[in-house]
Amino acid sequence: MAESALSRLRPYREVLASRARSQTSYRASFVLDLVSSLLIGVVELAEVSILFHNVVRLGGLEFSQILLVFGLADLCFSLADMTFGHCDNLPAYLRAGTLDVFYLRPQPLLMQLVTSDLSLRRLARALVGLVALVVGLTINDIAWSVPHAVLLGLAIVSGYATFAAMFVWAGGAQFFLVEGAETTNAFVYGGRYAATQAASVWTRPLWVVFGFFFPMAFTAFLPAMWLLGVHEPDWLPHWLGWCAPVAAVWAWALALLSWRWGVRHYQGGGG
Amino acid sequence: MRGVTRTVRVYWRILVAGFRRQSAYVMAAFGGLVANTTFGLLKVAILFATVRAAGGELEGYDVALMSTYIWISQGLLGSINMSGRIEIADRIKSGDVAVDFLRPLDVQGAAITTEVGRAVFNLIPRGLPSVLIGGIFVGMALPADPSAYALGAVSVLLAIAVSAATVYLLVGVPGFWIVETRGLQILYMVVSGFLAGLFVPIWLFPDVLEVAAQATPFPATMMYPVDVISGRAAGLDAVALVAAQVAWLLGVLAVGQLLTRAGRRHLEVQGG
Repeated sequence: MAESALSRLRPYREVLASRARSQTSYRASFVLDLVSSLLIGVVELAEVSILFHNVVRLGGLEFSQILLVFGLADLCFSLADMTFGHCDNLPAYLRAGTLDVFYLRPQPLLMQLVTSDLSLRRLARALVGLVALVVGLTINDIAWSVPHAVLLGLAIVSGYATFAAMFVWAGGAQFFLVEGAETTNAFVYGGRYAATQAASVWTRPLWVVFGFFFPMAFTAFLPAMWLLGVHEPDWLPHWLGWCAPVAAVWAWALALLSWRWGVRHYQGGGG
Repeated sequence: MRGVTRTVRVYWRILVAGFRRQSAYVMAAFGGLVANTTFGLLKVAILFATVRAAGGELEGYDVALMSTYIWISQGLLGSINMSGRIEIADRIKSGDVAVDFLRPLDVQGAAITTEVGRAVFNLIPRGLPSVLIGGIFVGMALPADPSAYALGAVSVLLAIAVSAATVYLLVGVPGFWIVETRGLQILYMVVSGFLAGLFVPIWLFPDVLEVAAQATPFPATMMYPVDVISGRAAGLDAVALVAAQVAWLLGVLAVGQLLTRAGRRHLEVQGG
């Protein structure tokens, strides 16, 4: 039983290993990719820190506290982008009709698409997130206990799963949008931007969209508030940070529904 | 004299062709508008909070002026090239540019004119609606002086031209020497938006970074036109910003022209 499950996963492993080898074989190009990817993380961090160059507190938080939110969100997003980000290529496959090739193989479509690539360069960006997270955890006065450590672990896993679900959700929507791919960017990349912010400054409509429907506030902000012991925003219960896994399950329900609708809608490339 | 009119007419036709080509992508324009508006609302939340935290005024920005900055910069996003993608880069890589050199047209002039045509079209489905949505739902400050709008229109057109010419220079022509410019394109995408003042106005940067940004053509593609239209820079200040845009345009075009000529001498068509 276990053996057959392993052998069923083998084709995916082989594809991923070959993708990793192909990226690292052109050294100069790979290094430039890593540097660019690192720079993306640095620029994003700079955008946040510039605001704190002008003010001390934003949405009730200091820079050290927002650093924790930023680190958590960016680490999770970068890892999701590395493993699921190529779902963004779907419109190109749809236009060229090359998606039909996936239908010829006896494996689930979504599994094939997800395992068709692995963008190693995004590790550099994840590194920026990781450093911000570690610094954030160190310089803030956190009353460490077992629940704190558990929540941190839960938040990282759930945050990763939530962002990954966003890419799948967007992929499903592409079957309808095709040329309008940018529509989903508003929520996938807009979601990343939202997740790194102090969500306490949001208006209620933004909370509806990026707080709950696309649960971006659950990827970093709400768990970070519980870790820090900060009650922001004051109109939400403090324990909401523990609901990050619920948010991840909700995001995946949304993603799989969108994917199912999309695949049913698809009529083939006309080949 | 007839030669000049003929040249002007050819470039006018290329401009119109670029404009019409872009008009075929209605869904893409709609998607762009949704993205611009969503990002705009997130910027409103965080930047308004910053201005309020600073006591209602920050580097000359109050909430109303910050709103103008946000919605005009979001509106320009469809027309200012922040992705670093330009068609000529693909043509240089594939060798098709050899055909372009055979045409009785300047390669740089034609490439930039096409880009400008597409960018001007995008002002209609993405630029104006963004500004309208912001104005209606969030509210913004607008200058009372009508001359600000005239100068603002000039400034926007200059910004579009500077942007196209800069992508051509930094991502397009290097292709004559390095062939694969994807790395440069990504680098452009990362740096241009930040230094143009897309997420935070460059006037909020620490001094060193503010000076560094102004040593690049990027603020001329977004920050300056936003300041001119919003009235943050008025009178002589506004004229100075437009003059800076003209200077950047001429500089970037001149270097681009020199490199295009050098690139032509260096050109080896793949497999040809």
